[in-house]
Amino acid sequence: MAADTPVEYIKHHLTNLTYGKLPEGYERADGSVVQEATWTFARTGQEATDMGFMAIHVDTLGWSIAMGILFLGLFRFVANRVTEGTPSGLQNLIEMTFEFVQGIVRDVFHGKNPLIAPLALTIFVWILLMNILKLIPIDYIPSIAHALGLEYFKIVPTTDPNATFGMSIGVFLLILFYSFKVKGVSGFSKELAFNPFNHWIMIPFNLLLEILALIIKPISLALRLFGNMYAGEVVFILIALLPLWIQWTLNVPWAIFHILVIPLQAFIFTVLTVVYLSAAHEDH
Amino acid sequence: MNINLTLIGQSIAFAIFVWFCVKYVWPPITAAMEARQKKIADGLSAADRASLDLELAQEKATKELQKAKEEAAALIDQANKRAAQIVEASKEDARKEGEKLIEQARAEIQQERVQARDALRAEVATLAVAGAEKILETSVDAKAHSEMLEKLAAEL
Repeated sequence: MAADTPVEYIKHHLTNLTYGKLPEGYERADGSVVQEATWTFARTGQEATDMGFMAIHVDTLGWSIAMGILFLGLFRFVANRVTEGTPSGLQNLIEMTFEFVQGIVRDVFHGKNPLIAPLALTIFVWILLMNILKLIPIDYIPSIAHALGLEYFKIVPTTDPNATFGMSIGVFLLILFYSFKVKGVSGFSKELAFNPFNHWIMIPFNLLLEILALIIKPISLALRLFGNMYAGEVVFILIALLPLWIQWTLNVPWAIFHILVIPLQAFIFTVLTVVYLSAAHEDH
Repeated sequence: MNINLTLIGQSIAFAIFVWFCVKYVWPPITAAMEARQKKIADGLSAADRASLDLELAQEKATKELQKAKEEAAALIDQANKRAAQIVEASKEDARKEGEKLIEQARAEIQQERVQARDALRAEVATLAVAGAEKILETSVDAKAHSEMLEKLAAEL
């Protein structure tokens, strides 16, 4: 690993594999100067930061898409062989997941929308699979990546705010879409303007409060998932810094604890998504 | 922890996954699950119906059995009565027959007695004549005394 001190080790493990655009005249870590704006892999964390918005976390995107394909591939595989009779082991597992998600939607969502349940299923299983990657010991995959010449490699997409915000923004757009669709522009505006204090004098205050509450939704969704996963990751990294013989006394309990945290965070994200969308469907 | 294009990439991936799930994953599996639920519900209601039918059938069978028992008892009763009647009639017949036989026998006996008496009567005259001859040591003119003898025989 390209890390000599604990601080470098930690920083290294918290940096994504970034492919982005370096601006013209940028001085790279090794002292060379970029002649013109180029797309390249960042060699240091500083470079990754300096790439600004025009950059992609290849590891985050790659692993999350891989997990999404694993999820959909597996479920589609079962869907092709689905039987009305006695289900086999794999179908049983899939159906349990379905019933779990259907249960959440039935309990929380009071409207009628065929999109909500599959949306919740996608969110739940996808986040679950992405979170599960965390149980792979933190140095395994990055070491392999390093051997292949990739300097940085983070395998858990949910420890990257880009991934969690990507999802929560998707949810946010759905909230806005259904709010406007169900309540209409005037209905939704009225709801923002006349809640919680139903008096014209309070309109500015209401608007401020309601819009804030609206915007807080995707932010809290994304940050809760990211925060939990990121913090867990940091603790794993810190444990990995300890002498080898003592590590198992800490990372085993921590991993066992994450068996709880991983589905819990997926569950919370799913339930809150359904709750927010349910509120978007409620016409007062 | 830089916010960059990954955000948009992730949103697009999310949208595509949701679309795929809505279109190709959710419907077939829920359809199969609902079909199975319906099958199970149908099976349960069929079982309920069957048990109800069984109950009804059992009730009917009990009724039929009861009816059959009653009929059988009535038949036996009737048969017993009939048998008693037959026995009674037979007895009556036998008695009448016996009486008839006895009557017949009596008549025969009477007849024979009359016959015997007549025979005796016939012989008595001869015997009396013979007896008188012996006593008188003479022959008795049968013709002369026949009138007297016949009177005698008639007295017997």
